[in-house]
Amino acid sequence: MRAYLLSRLGQTVLVVFLSLTAVFFLMRLGGDPVLLFLPMDIQAKDLTEFRERLGFNDPVAVQYGRFVGRAVRGDFGESLRYQQDALGLVLERLPATLYLAVAALGLTFLVAVPVGVLSAVRRGSLFDFFGMGAAVLGQAVPGFWLGLMMIYLFSVRLGWLPTGGTGSALHFVMPCVVLASFYAARMARLTRSSVLDTLNEEFVLTARAKGLAERVVIAKHALKNSAIPIVTLAGLDTGQLLGGAVITETIFAWPGLGRLTVQALLNRDFPVVLAAVFVFSVTYTLINLVVDLLYGWLDPRTRRQGARA
Amino acid sequence: MTTFIGRHGRGVLGLIIAALVVVAAGAAPLLVAHDPVQSDFAVSLKPPGTPGHPLGTDQLGRDLLARVLYGARVALFIGLCCVLLTAVVGGLLGLLAGYFEGWLGAVLMRVADVQLSFPFILLALTINAIVGLGLRNIIVSLSVAGWVVYARVVRGEVLSVKEREFVHAAQALGLGRARLLFRHILPNVAPTIVIVASLQFAQFIVAEAAISFLGFGVQPPMPAWGSMLSESRDYLYVAWWLAAFPGAALALTALGINLVGDWLRDVLDPKFRV
Repeated sequence: MRAYLLSRLGQTVLVVFLSLTAVFFLMRLGGDPVLLFLPMDIQAKDLTEFRERLGFNDPVAVQYGRFVGRAVRGDFGESLRYQQDALGLVLERLPATLYLAVAALGLTFLVAVPVGVLSAVRRGSLFDFFGMGAAVLGQAVPGFWLGLMMIYLFSVRLGWLPTGGTGSALHFVMPCVVLASFYAARMARLTRSSVLDTLNEEFVLTARAKGLAERVVIAKHALKNSAIPIVTLAGLDTGQLLGGAVITETIFAWPGLGRLTVQALLNRDFPVVLAAVFVFSVTYTLINLVVDLLYGWLDPRTRRQGARA
Repeated sequence: MTTFIGRHGRGVLGLIIAALVVVAAGAAPLLVAHDPVQSDFAVSLKPPGTPGHPLGTDQLGRDLLARVLYGARVALFIGLCCVLLTAVVGGLLGLLAGYFEGWLGAVLMRVADVQLSFPFILLALTINAIVGLGLRNIIVSLSVAGWVVYARVVRGEVLSVKEREFVHAAQALGLGRARLLFRHILPNVAPTIVIVASLQFAQFIVAEAAISFLGFGVQPPMPAWGSMLSESRDYLYVAWWLAAFPGAALALTALGINLVGDWLRDVLDPKFRV
């Protein structure tokens, strides 16, 4: 187990390092951002000086070496826009994004699993028809459009909810629903098909034959055995939620990592982009690790194989 | 008949929706007289139902129906280019990586790991911010972010297909590698490529709209749904239709393509799940 964990963590470090390297070189290829920050009428001498100070005049290899040397110590440099430690800036925004992602994931589970299970148990019923219809629709409706329409309805028309920002529980409602909609729809469909598969298994027949209540058969025997695909998807989705947050945060002016990243990309604020890439990929790979460990708990058969690919 | 509807009903519905979108995109110049980028300040921000402008007009007095229909062209063009590019490149790399395991497979899968350590939309967005804006660059960005899925899935399939008996038999007959790969293995992984392509198609279109919505990607005045939605945010209090119709067109397109994709998956390979 320990060897497995260590090798997985080693892989994580490698992946994070490679992605930072890729983004570093891509960003340097895209030209330097100096002209975006300085006034139009700047003198050539000042320009050179400014570039010199930021180290943009050195060969790319030297810049890269310096970047790696600092990055391993957690120093990604100063934000070009905010004149503030880039990693600090990113970490400051991370909690807001995590709250949003966790709330959305919670909402996804709360809605999707009951809808999926009920649709499977009452296959062919009206509930199944409308539940799955809503899910198919939910997968097709883009979050940012849903967000705009909700703002129009609940903020502009009805005045019930704030259009954006943070401050109260009400601020949470729309971003959370918008972020969760796509994932909840997909998870509901997967839960349904997964439960339908297990309902055909012989151990379910046995459980029923023993005279267990249907409720127990579904909850303890069918659902637990359908959990693996659901957890896999939840794991994949938790990572994708971070990406979805980029858009949701922009619509609702949510002060999280996603919005900061979009602004940094628009401003070519390299240090912040690199720090954000770092935090995103670390979070994402750690989530995947947790998901893989959860498999072992859900399905003891995978436990002894240890270092699964 | 009822079983046919049960099995194929949603696929048929999807095909009808998709066909409608394709016709709307193809016949846009015949369906509307207005130019989608021609502004006319005399009729700015007219609501839907205004004579001559069934869906109303935007802040520059451009006809919204024309912009939504021409937007379908942009969306379908981008989606199609991305799907073709990623299917060919990703499929080919996956085929090679699965067949010649060795270093090529190893390198490819490491690249895939790195790419998959980001959410898709963020990866495409970052690449787009670096390579620059515009139609061609958004296609490149989405394709670079999206090929990994094919490479992974196809590689996995090839790994299992190449151990099947008919492949060993073909090898024993002394067939060349190229012939083995393209005549015997490729047809067996083709359904998978088709399924992934159909599921990715809608994802590309929605991702393009999302990226354009954030201010990257396709730029105004080109009528793309994402940038139209982005502009509509400033007028949400006075002109709901600017946000409603382009988004509805986008959702409808995604719905049609998804339905077709689900149906293809059920028909071609019931075990396949994404």
